Amino acid sequence: MTEVLKVEDMSVTFELHDSEVQAVREMNFSLSEGETLAVVGESGSGKSQAFLAIMGLLAKNGRAGGRVMMGDVDLLALDSRQLDRYRGKDIAMIFQDPMTSLNPTLKVKTQLSEVLVKHRGFNQQDAVTTSIEMLERVGIPEPVKRANAYPHELSGGMRQRVMIAMALLCQPKILIADEPTTALDVTVQAQMLDLFKSLTEDFGTSLVLITHDLGVVAGVADRMMVMYGGRVVEKGVTDDLFYDPRHPYTLGLLHSTPHIAKRAVRLDPIQGLPPSLENLPKGCAFHPRCAFAFDRCLVERPPLRDVGDGRQKACFYEGPLAYGEVA
Amino acid sequence: MAHTTTLLEIKDLKKTFSIATGLFARPLTLTALEDINFTIRQGETLGIVGESGCGKSTLGRCILQLLTPDEGQVLWLGQDLTKLPAEEMRQRRQDLQIIFQDPLASLNPRMTVGEIIADPLRTLRPELNKTERRARVLKTMESVGLLPEMINRYPHEFSGGQAQRIGIARALITEPKLIVCDEPVSALDVSIQAQILNLLAELKDEFGLTLIFISHNLSVVRHVSDRILVLYLGRIVELASGDEIYEDPKHPYTRALLTAVPIPDPKLARLRNIDALKGEIPSPINPPSGCTFRTRCRFAKPYCAEKRPPLEIIENGRLVACHRWREIDVPAEAVLNG
Repeated sequence: MTEVLKVEDMSVTFELHDSEVQAVREMNFSLSEGETLAVVGESGSGKSQAFLAIMGLLAKNGRAGGRVMMGDVDLLALDSRQLDRYRGKDIAMIFQDPMTSLNPTLKVKTQLSEVLVKHRGFNQQDAVTTSIEMLERVGIPEPVKRANAYPHELSGGMRQRVMIAMALLCQPKILIADEPTTALDVTVQAQMLDLFKSLTEDFGTSLVLITHDLGVVAGVADRMMVMYGGRVVEKGVTDDLFYDPRHPYTLGLLHSTPHIAKRAVRLDPIQGLPPSLENLPKGCAFHPRCAFAFDRCLVERPPLRDVGDGRQKACFYEGPLAYGEVA
Repeated sequence: MAHTTTLLEIKDLKKTFSIATGLFARPLTLTALEDINFTIRQGETLGIVGESGCGKSTLGRCILQLLTPDEGQVLWLGQDLTKLPAEEMRQRRQDLQIIFQDPLASLNPRMTVGEIIADPLRTLRPELNKTERRARVLKTMESVGLLPEMINRYPHEFSGGQAQRIGIARALITEPKLIVCDEPVSALDVSIQAQILNLLAELKDEFGLTLIFISHNLSVVRHVSDRILVLYLGRIVELASGDEIYEDPKHPYTRALLTAVPIPDPKLARLRNIDALKGEIPSPINPPSGCTFRTRCRFAKPYCAEKRPPLEIIENGRLVACHRWREIDVPAEAVLNG
């Protein structure tokens, strides 16, 4: 498989008035052509900030370190103007809330065609025609009518499709989707996930799916990466992590997720709260919530290391990881 | 589980909203709920599911008289709440409480946790003195897992999960019989969501509560509910026990909803054939004629456009509203074997 993106030792730091907060630390991963990688974690795990950094979209007080290689180009070394040559064209991102990502004062077709005029040198008329074709491809009924509508006239699912259409117009190699279905009903979510599947299969687009919903991950992701407190704690093939999790946090997430086909008497949630990045616990950041923590976890931080079969985990515990049947 | 007493009975409930379309234009009527009939038994958890705009939150609010229904009755132990004078209804509110989706937005930022939780007591139990109130607040805080030293803190100091615990404590303090939970865990992280679901289950057992659990997340509803009510465009399409709904759905809409629910199991997820619903929910201002689901139903026949299917009582007291429920087969992939 061709590698389309390689992230090396990336970090994201935010400056506050009198201190610094590290939102992402020592992130390493690669993405292959046509692959779907899920990035899983709870609020504050750093999952969104990591990819905003890759897109050059960090807030003003944020800065990224390390390297993000797309071919020979290090995206982090480019200024905003240079980045515009790739952003939207080779690598695109869509967000959870389509309403706040679309310009409310412009018609759908104006926003879509702009992308083609800017990145692919289309003339206005061709750009509009191509935009309408793309709206149809992403499953929007009556695409001509919708193209002439303003964002507020569309439903949530329709707006998210417009965002996806916009992201796809330049046929990016990489699409980053940050919680793309969280705000949608299950029926529309299922349609979206189908659309993502056909994207990766038919166009060879590589998809990064940032989500907290393990149900969504199970349906579409080839590989997954679990984040906690700004670090990747487990990484591997989706099936391996679901059926044989090696990190207690991954196990905890699985036990916290209600399963529609299996009605457990009660869920086995992870105790406590996700940590604040400003005040991460010493040693392993997960140790205060971990049922398997021992002395070493309190003082020493476990590095992310290979555990065979292309899997990696950041945990010292080597015993069996189970506390009952996964619900 | 044997549920005997009928706590609440909803009869022919209807709720419409008037939508202004312009300064001089005639307002449009949106029918949010129509022909709603069901009962809730003491001690059960009734889940209400449906897509956005199906009327599930409106139904919860009509039951609590936070919205006044246009027609129909809400019978609480036989007494019609819609006819109750305001003062009596205020007293009744001790028995009927609500928990909201956005925990932080539903807490007054200028009140301390103690004041927020004690607030219902001030109006509903004015005879209690300060010491008694405080004792009750502390006891309730303990049962929802909040530490006593948090009593003087303000809502912004809390995370979403803790804020939801405060909301639950505020609902519990009047010792209610019924709590309407309107998307109580939708805004929370997965691990916190599971903690709150477990807490609700414990509180239900401890205090013998009856719960109405409104959510768009079918996995969550399945986890907590004894019976499940499925709404589509303001009407009941199916009502049955949780197991019946999930193992043998009768209505094509219920079935489509179920197959769309993501399962956290990669192998099962791959095996599944999603009975994908085409399109989106039609506008409730101008709903389709006959069966309102027919525009998205793959089993629809011409006669579905002519006549509205009645809500029929079928085996075990299940309810279903579909002209064709007897004829259509449930495909194997719709049934999830756990």
